[in-house]
Amino acid sequence: MNTLIAVLVGVLFGAGIFLMMSRTPVKLIIGLVFLSNAINLLIFDAAGLTRGIPPIIATGAETMAGSSADPLPQALILTAIVISFGVLAFALVLFNRTFKSLTARDLNELKATDT
Amino acid sequence: MISTAVISGFALALFAPAIHRFKPAWSGGIFALLPLSLFVFFFSCISEISGGVEIVESVSWAPQVGAAFSFYLDGLSLVFALLITGLGTLIIFYSGGYLHGHPNLGRFYTYMLGFMASMLGLVLASNVISLFIFWELTSLSSYFLIGFDHHRESARSAALQALLVTGIGGLALLAGLIMLGLAGGSQEIYQLLGQEDIIRSHPLFVPMLILVLAGAFTKSAQVPFHFWLPSAMEGPAPVSAYLHSATMVKAGVYLVLRLSPVFAGSAAWHTSLALFGGVTMITGAWLAIVQTDMKKLLAYTTVNGLGMLVFLTGIGTPLALQAAVVFLIAHALYKGSLFLSAGVVDHETGSRNVRELRGLYRRLPLITIAAVLAGMSMAGLPPLVGFIGKELIYESVLSAPGPGQLAAAAALLANALLLAATGVLLLRPFFRRSTAETDSDSGHRVSIDLWLGPVVPAAAGLALGLLPGLLSGTLVSSAATAVAAKHVEVHLSLWHGITPMLVLSLVTVAFGCALYVAYISKESLVDRWRWLGSAGPDRWYAVGLEALKALAHWQTRLLQSGHLHHYVLTIVLTTVILTAVTMIRLKGFLIPSTDLDVRAYELFIVILMILAALVAVRAKSRLSAIVAMGVIGYGIALIFVDFGAPDLAMTQFIIETMTVILFVLVIYRLPRYRSISGRGSRLFNGVVATASGVLMTCLVLVAHGVREGSRLSEYFATNSLLLAHGRNVVNVIIVDFRGMDTLGEITVLSLAGIGVYALLKLRPHAGIKGEKKQSATSELEQESTDN
Amino acid sequence: MQPVILTTATRYLMPMLLLLSAFLLFRGHNLPGGGFIGGLVAAGTFILHNFAFGVQETRKLLRVNPLMITATGLLIAMGSGVVGLLTGKPFLTGQWITLPLGKGEGLHIGTPVTFDIGVYLVVIGATLTIILALAEGE
Repeated sequence: MNTLIAVLVGVLFGAGIFLMMSRTPVKLIIGLVFLSNAINLLIFDAAGLTRGIPPIIATGAETMAGSSADPLPQALILTAIVISFGVLAFALVLFNRTFKSLTARDLNELKATDT
Repeated sequence: MISTAVISGFALALFAPAIHRFKPAWSGGIFALLPLSLFVFFFSCISEISGGVEIVESVSWAPQVGAAFSFYLDGLSLVFALLITGLGTLIIFYSGGYLHGHPNLGRFYTYMLGFMASMLGLVLASNVISLFIFWELTSLSSYFLIGFDHHRESARSAALQALLVTGIGGLALLAGLIMLGLAGGSQEIYQLLGQEDIIRSHPLFVPMLILVLAGAFTKSAQVPFHFWLPSAMEGPAPVSAYLHSATMVKAGVYLVLRLSPVFAGSAAWHTSLALFGGVTMITGAWLAIVQTDMKKLLAYTTVNGLGMLVFLTGIGTPLALQAAVVFLIAHALYKGSLFLSAGVVDHETGSRNVRELRGLYRRLPLITIAAVLAGMSMAGLPPLVGFIGKELIYESVLSAPGPGQLAAAAALLANALLLAATGVLLLRPFFRRSTAETDSDSGHRVSIDLWLGPVVPAAAGLALGLLPGLLSGTLVSSAATAVAAKHVEVHLSLWHGITPMLVLSLVTVAFGCALYVAYISKESLVDRWRWLGSAGPDRWYAVGLEALKALAHWQTRLLQSGHLHHYVLTIVLTTVILTAVTMIRLKGFLIPSTDLDVRAYELFIVILMILAALVAVRAKSRLSAIVAMGVIGYGIALIFVDFGAPDLAMTQFIIETMTVILFVLVIYRLPRYRSISGRGSRLFNGVVATASGVLMTCLVLVAHGVREGSRLSEYFATNSLLLAHGRNVVNVIIVDFRGMDTLGEITVLSLAGIGVYALLKLRPHAGIKGEKKQSATSELEQESTDN
Repeated sequence: MQPVILTTATRYLMPMLLLLSAFLLFRGHNLPGGGFIGGLVAAGTFILHNFAFGVQETRKLLRVNPLMITATGLLIAMGSGVVGLLTGKPFLTGQWITLPLGKGEGLHIGTPVTFDIGVYLVVIGATLTIILALAEGE
């Protein structure tokens, strides 16, 4: 399954990069979403996959069972998911604002560094 | 106590504007109290220091790199500290009168006091790192002081020039000092002083010598870096007097003298110092004569004085070092006085042109006395301290090892030129009768805060000339001892009998007078030489700066094209190529083993997601792309469910929903989906994107191979319940073990919220709400019918 | 015109969803859940309300500006860090008190729980700030 997820990460990453290189603003933002999803999945997969057992200490036990999933990447990804939502919203509104005030529809029209 | 002396200046500098606002009329006097009390303190140290005591104080700063705020007071530091605080007292007091009523006077005091404190720190610092810090602080505060009249373009460019030249020198110095510290095994100067044999035989000796000298020469305006000093005359007169005569430019001389025991004995050191110093002193004196602006003229004589000091240090005999210390004191006194006098002349008459000014002795009698005394000292006439200094210089060059006659000739030429320059500065402006002016100008009263500054150092020059014993036994001998690293007996007197030195002095006077007469009769010829001042290094500096700006512009435009596409492309290509090359070279692409334990439903999810990604890439409308994005998001959530991450799955589900809501809310406001890129560039993008995707896949696969059990995860798994009373290890990590990270993350989230709010709600011109919405909605409808 | 089914459903769902979010928040230390998830559920509830009744109604229901909720959450999170500081430990060190429940069991109450409440509020506040501002338009 690791291998399959690795392929999936590659596909998502490539799709994200492709969309980000496009000149249409919405594609750029969707590319951003793809990229953050790909990275989350990458962290999840790179740390190793364990089917089924969540990293929760069973009632009565003092420590986590050895066969549980790795908790550390999960903690990393959990906050990353929420933050990427915040950043996405910000990017979306920022783009909206920029294109409205500059009435541009093509990213290539935004090349001045100080407008 | 020494550290307090340094810090007190910075502390007062902070509060200077507030104090000035509180009592603007008295502020000059109030601020002068600090340097005065510091002067008294250092004065009281004289007997102790000349008894051979050295005071060391240290405050640890960054012990890992050997940096400390350590201070060290010996004879040499003491001479400098006395000059800095003594002249500082007079000049700060003078500033109150000179800049009376200036709107930024409070700020001026901040810069001035800050400068004084940095200068004190520089001459008292024992650690090379703290020495460097203070060195740069003097450059920085001089930048503010030179550019004090920042509304004038020339002041700004002069300030920048001084900052760039001394700043670049400062960087060289830092490198040199670090090498010195490495070679000598200590960052403390007084410990390095005993290590000269080890340092001299170190392989880095020559580079370190060059770098240290580069720092010293830029700061002390040695040829070819002398050009910034005359430009720095753009600052107000007190600034010129303080920074560019008495103190800051002496920092380089201080450094050379301070490190003299370490470097002395190497031929390179002596030769380069004597050579650069000699050229500088003659150039400075020559360029001084051809000036018409009093301050510029004085600036070039300062270049001459600095050259002389470096020259003497280069000769390096105990006698020459003694001469250097005496000349240092004499120079600071007369140059301070002359600059302040020139400031008064400018203040009272509005002109500084030595060709135009006439009959100043009637209008400014007191200033005339001060200027004449100081001028005589500069020209090296008895009975002033400048004369003693000059006699010592001749004595030391005559007894110098190596080509003594050449050195004597150079010194003679420089001194004669200097004498002529003094004549140009003083004779006609002060004593030639004016034709137009009436007697009503006579006896113009100058307020005490203006005359005290010029008069006191001039009088001190006279007193030390008449009573040289005040200097010889105590200050000069302990300073020269510190520089020569062995005991130096000093006997100063005004009259030695008929000696070769006296003969040379007489020749100097005669030669100088002849030069002055020649100058008067051939003024137009002299003017032809003036181009020398603006030619050479000054021109190179301008060309170099323009070239640098052009280069910066070019490379900025190259790297910052403004096309987002290019940025992404650059980042991706760099990453892909660098990583791929490294992986191939190190044979890192050996993918360990493929794990083909795949269940049917997992395969189904993954294939669905891959298809969705392809749909998103090829989508023709915004909606279909968003739907594809949603499929992928939910797919990831399912993967989280499958692999034991219920927290992640829940978060991902909700966030994915929110993201779709977000897009739906915003989408009709964004430009419509279009294919703008041409076929060729799409193909190219596709290739780049595919390459990056393949690389990522490979990296993940390789990562599986190198993964070892994480000790961190193990720790969390073991201690989650015992230490943090939580069974959900993920949550415990978030709120407890890595709470600091989470705090940062929720701060980012809050900022994103505030950012969105600000972008949407806080705007200067609120649009017409309903109308816009309507048209946008109709556009969305139109699009959906298109598909 | 308001969609009848949605408004009716929302009316019944809202209390339950909010209860669920609080439940997720407090059980999060021991079972899946926690401040992030709870906060998202609560925010989602209000967003549902927004779709059913419109932004004005949702703002009325909330009473305070969501930015205030965000700020309060941040303050609570930081404040629970300061508690550790007060006992001489590094910032954000967890501090616990145990309320005995008999039979050797105890209820642990500690600063990580208040920290999680802070996270919960920040997530609600930030999400609602974004969505409501967007829903309102300009």
